Amino acid sequence: MDVLGYLIPASLLLGGLGLAAFFWTLRSDQYDDPEGDSRRILSDEYDEHPKPDSPNDDRGGS
Amino acid sequence: MSDTAPSPAACAACAVTPAAAVLARHDARAQEATILLALPGIDGAVGISAVERTLRGLEGVRAARVNLTQKRVTVTADPGVDPRTLTEALAAAGHEARELDADSLAATKTDRAGRDLLMRLGVAGFAAMNVMLLSVAVWSGAEGATRDLFHWISAAIALPAVLFCGQPFFRAAAAGLRRGQMNMDVPISLAIILASGMSLYETAHGGAHAYFDAAVMLTFFLLAGRYLDHRTRAVARSAAEELAALELPRAARRTASGEETVPLSEIAVGDTVLVRPGGRMPVDGVVIEGESEIDRSLLTGETLPVRAGPGDTVSAGEVTLTGPLALRVTAAGRDSSLHALTDLVAIAESGRANYRPLADRVARLYSPGVHILAALALAGWFLATHDLRLALNVAAAVLIITCPCALALAVPAVTTAASGRLFRRGVLIKSATALERMAEADVVVFDKTGTLTAGTPELEAPWSHDPQALGIAAALAEGSAHPLARALAAAARAQGVAPGAVDALREVPGYGVEALQNGVRVRLGRGDWVGAPAEDATVATTWLKIGAGAPEVFRFTDRLRPGARAAVAGLRAEGLAVRLVSGDAERAVSAMAAELGIDDWTARATPQEKAALIAALGRGGHKVLMVGDGLNDTAALSAAHVSIAPASALDAARVASDMVLVGSDLSALPEARRIAVRATRRIRENFGIAVAYNLVAVPLAMAGLVTPLIAALAMSSSSICVSLNALRVAPPRPDGTPRRAPVAEPIEV
Repeated sequence: MDVLGYLIPASLLLGGLGLAAFFWTLRSDQYDDPEGDSRRILSDEYDEHPKPDSPNDDRGGS
Repeated sequence: MSDTAPSPAACAACAVTPAAAVLARHDARAQEATILLALPGIDGAVGISAVERTLRGLEGVRAARVNLTQKRVTVTADPGVDPRTLTEALAAAGHEARELDADSLAATKTDRAGRDLLMRLGVAGFAAMNVMLLSVAVWSGAEGATRDLFHWISAAIALPAVLFCGQPFFRAAAAGLRRGQMNMDVPISLAIILASGMSLYETAHGGAHAYFDAAVMLTFFLLAGRYLDHRTRAVARSAAEELAALELPRAARRTASGEETVPLSEIAVGDTVLVRPGGRMPVDGVVIEGESEIDRSLLTGETLPVRAGPGDTVSAGEVTLTGPLALRVTAAGRDSSLHALTDLVAIAESGRANYRPLADRVARLYSPGVHILAALALAGWFLATHDLRLALNVAAAVLIITCPCALALAVPAVTTAASGRLFRRGVLIKSATALERMAEADVVVFDKTGTLTAGTPELEAPWSHDPQALGIAAALAEGSAHPLARALAAAARAQGVAPGAVDALREVPGYGVEALQNGVRVRLGRGDWVGAPAEDATVATTWLKIGAGAPEVFRFTDRLRPGARAAVAGLRAEGLAVRLVSGDAERAVSAMAAELGIDDWTARATPQEKAALIAALGRGGHKVLMVGDGLNDTAALSAAHVSIAPASALDAARVASDMVLVGSDLSALPEARRIAVRATRRIRENFGIAVAYNLVAVPLAMAGLVTPLIAALAMSSSSICVSLNALRVAPPRPDGTPRRAPVAEPIEV
């Protein structure tokens, strides 16, 4: 039964990792739009492109 | 960026878009404005990318992100961007959009509470899984030091988890006790605390039974119920906030130095307020400048616009159609006629105040019952054995077994499933008990203007007009924003008639439009302006006069809202009696009633009469479902057993109603009723399951036969049964066809 001494902390650690991952998803707003996120994967648009300069920045020199 | 902080007013556009400027000022960076738009009709991945692409392609828009769950898009834009250009661009692309007031959407607060519950739910789930695994070893026969070790590890996980996750219940129980009330949270808290405390004591004394797993699992299931409940409420609340946000409570005040936009609360009697064409009067007042026609349909249900010029009085809530008006304020805020109607609502409010939801009725019996049972078990076992430890153990087992897990899930699981379905059909539920009350309704009362009709006029028999005359009329109509002019132009387009060539077009506010066609004066407008003979005053008309020729009349009818026929037929098929009550003239109401096949109709009803009619029906033992949109309906809406307003309704009407129809299609009503009936049946079944489970389990617990294993099994199985039953609110369609009854409906353009 000595093996319990390793297995229990190991299982708690792994479970804790899962909990930490859950906290991370919670903090990074991943539950805000479950409906939309599940559809977005079907979109063929690449939405990570660098944001184009907005017209306001061009006017901003004055 | 070389530009550090341009003030919002530095851009020329800001001066004309005060709303955007106000929003921008709220933004600490003052560099960008956040605009929220409601998208009631959006659906699917194609919709998301289409809306986002449309918005990103607009001048000044930096980012746009659609939230499909909330049916909303958040736009980050330059401070000068007018939200109206965004909604217009979306409308042109075929997406219905409405502006929301970002200030009054306190979404962050609601989100935080939900996130807090979700976090506690996650922690409870983690603890429950681990403690359950450790308990498996104990259940399968671990003994002596091994069992104690597992109990101690379980305690180390369970106690902090219960203390952290159980806080919402502890707090609610304490608040209830302080008010002297015994709510559901009291037995819940007692069960959790007693189970953990007894288990700790047993563990310390090397006992065989510890209920750590039960304590954590209780917390987990109860939190799941609580979270579902919160989600439903949050959706309803954000819907209510969203609707409130549709109306911007601001007014344009004329000052010595020009014009400023101020919150409505700062307007005082004697101020001068400006109202642009298409704008709603924010106050009661007297017109001092300008001529216009005003639309009072939301206040009185009249479809025909009324002329207003200097010296005429106007009431808050009326809309000026053609010309800008300057008003001297005679009453604002609490004193305005708009508010007088709200007072009427407050009096009528009693209609459903005495409705007690199913869950409350059950809780009222449940809470004391649980305590009495646990106390009896404690006393009985103590008297029989004189063993306090054993008696406490049995009492804890009784509390755990009776803990209302299944009860706590019975209502929220069903309402979540049902409101999710209703949301997809475009119906928002504002009140938690609306579904139950909807299921009880046996009479439905419709308002006419703006509810059964779209509130937009339509040209009667466009084919009967000479195409050339129609072309000239359309050309003139293009120059005006008057609803009749717009309907005329749209009808000409639909007939394939191209607008004729005219020049020197000008609008004469309050009268019509005039122009020159090949040097001949042409006029489109009011009958008395073009010298037309007096006509029946209950029909909306506009007249065309070419040169010295005889004026030609264009008549208009109020267009039926899409799905109106299906709604009336569907509700009747559900066994509801249908009535029509309107403030409009007799002729218009009877025509509409005949068209929809409604025999029971009332015309020229004042707001008081409408409310009185509903109250009389209620006294007669009927449960009334009221569907209305106008201010004249608000009292009736509140007096009814359950009420529905379309999203186009005025603020006050939406506040007074229990459900809001987001889309423009009325055919969602019969389905909403069907879902409500089914949901209520599921709730009752769920209570039945919970009671049956208690009938079996409680005697076992009282007899001291319940081990932690039995408690865990009984608790989870009843909770899962209830949740699965709740999902049956929306049964699968056997043949894949829509369940909506295929009602033959003529095409309504």
